[in-house]
Amino acid sequence: MPDIVQINELRKSYKGGFQALKGINLAIRRGEILALLGPNGAGKTTLISTICGITTATSGTVTVDGHDIVANYRAARSIIGLVPQEINLEPFERVINTVRFSRGLFGKPSDDAAIEKVLRQLSLWDKKDNQVRELSGGMKRRVLIAKALAHDPRVLFLDEPTAGVDVELRKDMWDIVAKLKADGVTIILTTHYIEEAEAIADRVGVIANGELMLVEDKDTLMARMGQKQLDVLLTDPITEIPAALQSDALELSEDGTTLIYTYDTRSERTGITKLLADVAAAGLVLRDVQTRQSSLEDIFVGLVKEDAA
Amino acid sequence: MNWTAIKSIYVFEMYRFFRTIAQSFLAPVISTSLYFVVFGGAIGSRIQEVDGITYAAFIVPGLIMLTVITQSISNASFGIYFPKFLGTFSEILSAPISFIEIVLGYVGAAATKALIIGAIILVTAFFFVDFSIQNPLAMIAFLVLTSVSFSLFGFILGVWAGNFEQLQIVPLLVITPLIFLGGSFYSISMLPQIWQSVSMFNPVVYLISGFRWSFYGSADVPILTSLVAIGFFTGVCLTVIWWIFRTGWRIRQ
Repeated sequence: MPDIVQINELRKSYKGGFQALKGINLAIRRGEILALLGPNGAGKTTLISTICGITTATSGTVTVDGHDIVANYRAARSIIGLVPQEINLEPFERVINTVRFSRGLFGKPSDDAAIEKVLRQLSLWDKKDNQVRELSGGMKRRVLIAKALAHDPRVLFLDEPTAGVDVELRKDMWDIVAKLKADGVTIILTTHYIEEAEAIADRVGVIANGELMLVEDKDTLMARMGQKQLDVLLTDPITEIPAALQSDALELSEDGTTLIYTYDTRSERTGITKLLADVAAAGLVLRDVQTRQSSLEDIFVGLVKEDAA
Repeated sequence: MNWTAIKSIYVFEMYRFFRTIAQSFLAPVISTSLYFVVFGGAIGSRIQEVDGITYAAFIVPGLIMLTVITQSISNASFGIYFPKFLGTFSEILSAPISFIEIVLGYVGAAATKALIIGAIILVTAFFFVDFSIQNPLAMIAFLVLTSVSFSLFGFILGVWAGNFEQLQIVPLLVITPLIFLGGSFYSISMLPQIWQSVSMFNPVVYLISGFRWSFYGSADVPILTSLVAIGFFTGVCLTVIWWIFRTGWRIRQ
């Protein structure tokens, strides 16, 4: 089946010349959970807002399930749900009314059973007659999700769903997302939290300065993360690696004081014992030994810094 | 046309109205009653008949227009500005609806509220003044046209406004003077010639005159001129809204 969302060369410039999106190309697969990681101001929200119709693109195209978001906006938008980042709700309205309103707004006939299902799914049924302002912050966020789900969307955008949310609620959110995925909903979420992407995403995209730096299967990224580095600090600097120690996995730091050995933690033999024995045999004296793990965070920070430089 | 969406916006807006029912109904009823007591009772007793009608009866159409116009503007401008202020408007923008449907929902609700209040004032007036309506159908038509056209105007105002101050300033500085100088409380013919000419540039004069004609069969300006004037005003508002729709001005970046 073709990808559910196709983004081609999407650009967005604001008055004054600021480029929020610099030619984004991205295909989102049917039924996947895609996490978009990026620092504040990277363009995550602009990307989502443009797909959802809140802002207009300067150039480029987006199709959702084959429907162009401009030429065929009714068909495209009717299958999209959006959970915004800010908690924007009518404070004096009752919970059930705001959810009913959302369903009608997206052109679906009123259906009490469907509304009840959504409210129960989000543990809001007890609160259905409360005014929105009487709810806690976490509950309000659930109301936003309920509104986004009220018209049974096939594609759901969650803009920082767990920003400022306590640990327990974050876990709840992840469960909700997992259930939606099981129902066949495609989910795109933006987040600052790398552990969030690790916990629930199938693929991870990194956005910085309006550009998509990479999109990869989470498992591929995790494999990269499985690599560890062993730093062997030497008492006396050397100019080159002794011939007996030469290997692809071993590098020398620029100042000659550290041997850097890269290995896979998941393989049966890491080669550390042999390396240390060889180092001793070569007559090098050790000052210290330490290990480092490249996390998704390192990859992420590396990419963002590279771009800023 | 996405009628379900229009209905949703309309019903949601009407809920807001009924939620604040005391404020929505009582305020205009009390202020109108005060007008009748002060203008109709205290001052009116010293004024001779105007165009063959008692002064208290003469001001009834003007008072209804005064309220319907101000209510239309404030309902429609607030109705569209409040979601912008709260940020809930992004949901409207992301919905599979056109701008025409958005306008129909919000303006329809604002005009309905203004009509309800206009009707309440008409009923209140019967308690204070003895009067009759010669041409009820024309009266209803004028009320509907006025509430729709000024709700359109209020919608534009709400889209334009960047804060609550701006929301208040146009009604306060432009609309209220136009209504008061539009012959709500007097006949234009009572003015000196020069001010009669100036008054002809005030669109509200045509509205009140036409509306009064539907009550008593007499008017400051010919009824056809009144209809053309209100038609022109509605046309201008629709053109501006069409332009907003085309450009996304202050709506969609």
